[in-house]
Amino acid sequence: MHELSIALSILDAVQDEMDQRGCSTVEAVHLKVGMLSGIVPEALLSAYELAAEQTPLASARLVIEEVPIVIYCSTCQRQQSVPSAQWLCCPVCQEPAAEFVSGRELELCALELPE
Amino acid sequence: MTHAPRILEVRRNILKHNDETARALRDRFRAAGVFVVSLVSSPGSGKTAFLERTLASLRPRYRPAALVGDLATDNDALRLARSQAPVKQITTGTLCHLEAAMVEQALADWELASFDFLFVENVGNLVCPSAWDLGENLRLVLLSVTEGEDKPLKYPTIFNTSDVAVITKVDLAAAVEFNREAALANIQAVRPGIPVFEVSTKTGAGMAAWLRYLAAFKTAAAAQGSSNGAA
Repeated sequence: MHELSIALSILDAVQDEMDQRGCSTVEAVHLKVGMLSGIVPEALLSAYELAAEQTPLASARLVIEEVPIVIYCSTCQRQQSVPSAQWLCCPVCQEPAAEFVSGRELELCALELPE
Repeated sequence: MTHAPRILEVRRNILKHNDETARALRDRFRAAGVFVVSLVSSPGSGKTAFLERTLASLRPRYRPAALVGDLATDNDALRLARSQAPVKQITTGTLCHLEAAMVEQALADWELASFDFLFVENVGNLVCPSAWDLGENLRLVLLSVTEGEDKPLKYPTIFNTSDVAVITKVDLAAAVEFNREAALANIQAVRPGIPVFEVSTKTGAGMAAWLRYLAAFKTAAAAQGSSNGAA
């Protein structure tokens, strides 16, 4: 349900960036969404389509890149990918995750502009 | 001839405005010496009863206050007001979570320095509130024994972004065949190291340990002169 709030925040953020950079149109909006962000990409795509209607971004595509959960394991002394949000432990040594390298992103990463 | 699209790197948090408002709130809370706890849970897990008991126990030694978010009605605020603590309802309409700007607006006519603790009860929802920082020192997630042991696995994000977990209604545990060990293991699986309190607001069991923790945490935060931000 909160995907609509997120979609509205995306529109605000994009508009803000466009104003700052003097762009009038955007062809695509690129997002990074972490697998621990609580966002369902499909729901966000529908919400965005709805929210963007009759705005300058109505024709801009939303491109979502899902970011896997990566932790830094202090026992293995290296980064490890965690396959599931339901079991936040190092997949090698089972040490509980204390430090997250990625997976919580909810980030506007790029705008695609027309030539 | 086709041209490659022009890519403009941006890199900004989508909830930047909320994060900025939350940061400003956190600075104000610290300056005023008020310790802020937000409460999240599914509807009916006992947030309001837990808060009612917490407010009543903190008074008169401390000066607590509460903001309570709901889609509609001010029933919760009326219940909490019985504790004599200042309470204000935030009615969100159709919005499923609180945002930092709503907290800021609700606090507009309150003198923060006249409180020691501020509790912010979020809308009952285990999904949506997780992304919005409210400027709190501690985010507390509640899970009642009647909800089942696997709630943390179904809603990992809200548990993962919380700082403290409270299992409520433990007086009903036997009646609903609550598997305590499984619940504790599931909470630790999605948020390793999180402190967990097991309470009954009906019998008062476990409340003393929670209140000691809260008081100690406030003292530590005040001593540090900085607060632990919720994730």
